[in-house]
Amino acid sequence: MQIFRAHVLVCGGTGCTSSNSPKIAEEFEVQLKKNNLENEVKVVKTGCFGLCAEGPVIVVYPEGAMYTMVKVEDVKEIVEEHLLKGRLVKRLLAGNDEFDYNFFKKQMRVALRNCGRINPESIEEYIAFDGYQALAKVLTEMTPEQVIDTIKRSGLRGRGGAGFPTGLKWEFARKSQDDQKYVCCNADEGDPGAFMDRSILEGDPHSVLEAMAIAGYAIGANQGYIYIRAEYPIAVNRLRIAIDQAKEYGLLGKNIFGTGFDFDIEIRLGAGAFVCGEETALMTSIEGKRGEPRPRPPFPAVKGLWQKPTILNNVETYANIPVIILKGPEWFASIGTERSKGTKVFAVGGKINNTGLVEIPMGTTLREIVYDIGGGIPNGKKFKAAQTGGPSGGCIPASLIDTPIDYDSLAQVGSMMGSGGLIIMDEDTCMVDIAKFFLEFTVEESCGKCPPCRIGTKRMLEILERITGGKGEEGDIEKLEILAKNIKAAALCGLGQTAPNPVLSTLRYFRDEYIAHVRDKKCPAGVCKSMMHYVINADLCKSCGICARNCPVGAIKGERKVPYEIDQEKCIKCGACMEKCPFKAIFKNA
Amino acid sequence: MSVNKCCCECTDVRDAKLQEIIDKYKDTKGALIQVLHEAQELYGYLPLEVQKKISEGLNVPLTEIYGVVTFYTQFSLKPKGKYRIQVCMGTACYVKGSGMILDKLKEKLGIDVGDCTEDRLFSLHACRCIGACGLAPALMVNDEVYGRLTEKDLDDIIEKYRKLDAESNQ
Repeated sequence: MQIFRAHVLVCGGTGCTSSNSPKIAEEFEVQLKKNNLENEVKVVKTGCFGLCAEGPVIVVYPEGAMYTMVKVEDVKEIVEEHLLKGRLVKRLLAGNDEFDYNFFKKQMRVALRNCGRINPESIEEYIAFDGYQALAKVLTEMTPEQVIDTIKRSGLRGRGGAGFPTGLKWEFARKSQDDQKYVCCNADEGDPGAFMDRSILEGDPHSVLEAMAIAGYAIGANQGYIYIRAEYPIAVNRLRIAIDQAKEYGLLGKNIFGTGFDFDIEIRLGAGAFVCGEETALMTSIEGKRGEPRPRPPFPAVKGLWQKPTILNNVETYANIPVIILKGPEWFASIGTERSKGTKVFAVGGKINNTGLVEIPMGTTLREIVYDIGGGIPNGKKFKAAQTGGPSGGCIPASLIDTPIDYDSLAQVGSMMGSGGLIIMDEDTCMVDIAKFFLEFTVEESCGKCPPCRIGTKRMLEILERITGGKGEEGDIEKLEILAKNIKAAALCGLGQTAPNPVLSTLRYFRDEYIAHVRDKKCPAGVCKSMMHYVINADLCKSCGICARNCPVGAIKGERKVPYEIDQEKCIKCGACMEKCPFKAIFKNA
Repeated sequence: MSVNKCCCECTDVRDAKLQEIIDKYKDTKGALIQVLHEAQELYGYLPLEVQKKISEGLNVPLTEIYGVVTFYTQFSLKPKGKYRIQVCMGTACYVKGSGMILDKLKEKLGIDVGDCTEDRLFSLHACRCIGACGLAPALMVNDEVYGRLTEKDLDDIIEKYRKLDAESNQ
C-alpha cells in the first residue's frame, strides 16, 4: 500500500458540488503533478463537512487545516505554500488561524462519524475505520435476541421524527412469524430545508448498508430496500457503488462471513411525493403503486411490504447502529438526556450565519445551536423563532431559546424533533406567512385519500390566504383552531394529523401577529404585500426623479423642488423605487 | 404515434429502447415506478402513447399507470423546455426570498409556473427542497445549481442559456 505524507480532503456533498468542488479536486491533481507531489499527497473526495455556507470546503491533513470558500484559482497557492513549503494559507483558513473553529466545538459526531473523513466511494476506507466490524461481531458472536436487546438498552429512538424506540420495533418484527420478512430504509427525506440523510448517504453509504444487514439478522429478513428520493442523484449514485462493492467483498449477498446468513439490498427511487415519507405510503410506493397510506393496525411489523412483516427505519437511525454494536449500549446511553439518548443531526438553515449540518448531543440548548455553533443571526437582526419538524412541526419562539433539544422538551413546547430540519427566522419573518407556506406545502402534498386532510387543510389555507391578503374577518382565527383540532383527530396518516401543527404553534406564540393582520390589517414584519405600502419621506426627498423613472407602472409623480409622491392605487409594491433611491428617502410601511 | 415523431426519424430507436427497459424490469416485483423514470428520461415526458406501451409490456392496466403518473410530481404529461428552470421552494430558500425569485422569473420569461416558453427553450417550475440550503435562495437549470441568487443574476442565467442554445444551433 502506498503511504502518503499528506491528504487533501475535498467536500463532495451537494452544497459544495454546486459551488464547484469537483473542479477544485481536478485542479489539485493538476497542481500536485506540476510540483511532483502526486506520490506524496493524495486528493480524496469526501462527504459533507457540514459547513455548507462556507463552501467549497477542503481540509488538509495531517494538520487538519480547514480552508473555506476556496476558488479554483486558490488551489495553486495552497499547493505551493502549504503542501510544498509547509506554510498555511492564512487568508483562506476557516474562522481564524486556530483550527478549533467554533462551528465544530460543541458538536459530537456519531452518525456523521465518517462524513468528511473517508472517501465514500471506497469500501476499503470504510473498513479501515472499523467498517463492517459490527456486522461481523453480530453474525459470529451474537444471537438475534442479543442484538435486539443491545439496541433496546442503548435507548436509540427513531431519528425520522416520531421517535419510536428502535429496539422495540425490531422486537415486534422478530416476533412476527412468516417465511419472508423485509428491512426497509427511509431515505425519502422530504422536509423542506432538511438534508441530514442525504449527507450521510453521500458521505458514508456503507454504514447504512451494514446496519440494514444487522437489522436483517436481528429480525430474520434476507431482503432490504432503500427508498430514496430521485432528487438526490449524488446519493443514489454513491449508494449504487457501495452496494456493488459490498457484494464484491461478500459483505452483502449469500453466506455472509461464511455464517450462512444471506442479505441483499435493492434501491427504489421515489418520484416526488412527500407523503411517501410516511411508513405505510412508502411501502405502497416500493410496490410500484400510488403512494397512499393505509390505516394502522395492522402495523408494518405484522403486515408491511407485500403484506409481510417489515421494519422501516430512517437513514440516521441506521447510521447509529454499527457504533452502538461496537462501543456498547452503555456508551451510547451515556450521551444525551434521560429519555433521549445519543446525538441528533440537524440541517441548520434560514437566517443564520453558519448554515450547514451539525450533530449535537441530545439536550444541547437551542441557544447553543443558534449562537455558539450557528454564529448568530446575520446583519445584526434579532432572533425571532426556530422551526423544527418541517410541515409537521412547529416553532420555538425567542423566549424559549434555552429549551434543550430532545424529544420530550420539543413536544412540550408544541414543536417536535422531526427529522432534523432547523430553520432560523429573524424579525423580518412574518409568522402568518410561514404558517401559510407550510400549509401550501401540505395542501399540495396531501395524497387525497382521506377528506380531513384533503378538504380540511385546503379550507385552512383559504382562511390563511384571506388573512395574509388583508381580508381577514373576525372569527377567522377561531375557525382555524376548530379545523386544526378536527383534522388532527380525524386524518388517516401522520401527514394529515400533523399538518395543522405549524398553524397551531404560530398561533400559540404569535397570536398578536395574527390579530394585527385580521383587525388592523397590518403585517408587523412587513412581508405580506397586500398590507404594505411604500411611502416617500418628504423631508429626505431631493426630487431627483430617479424613483419615478424606475417605477414600472408609472405610479410616482412629482416635479423639481417638490417631494415626489407614490400613487397607492397604481403601486404594485415591487420595491424598485426603494432600491434605487440614492437618498434612502423611501420606506416600506407596514 | 404522432407525439414522438421527430425530424430525424428517430422514433424507432426510442421505441426499441423503451422495449429494452420493459424487458429488463418485466420480472421485478413492483418495478412500475422505475420503468416510468427510465421512460421519462428517454422521451422527456410521459405521453399517453408511451404509457400504453408500458401497460402492454408490463401487463398493468393503463388506468393504474395513469394513476401513478399523475400521483407523483416528477412525472410529467406535458413536454418540458430544453432548459428546465426549477426554483427551490424549500423553507430555507423561501425564508431568503425564493418566492420573489420565482415571481421575477415569471415576469422575465412571460410564463406561469409549469409552462413552457413559446420557443420551447425554457420551462419554469417550483420544486421541492434541492438540499442546497447553504446556498439559499437557489435554483436549478437542468442539473446545474445556481445559489445565493439576487434578481440581477436571473438575467445573466437566462442570457447564458440563450447563448448556449444559439451556439448549439450553429
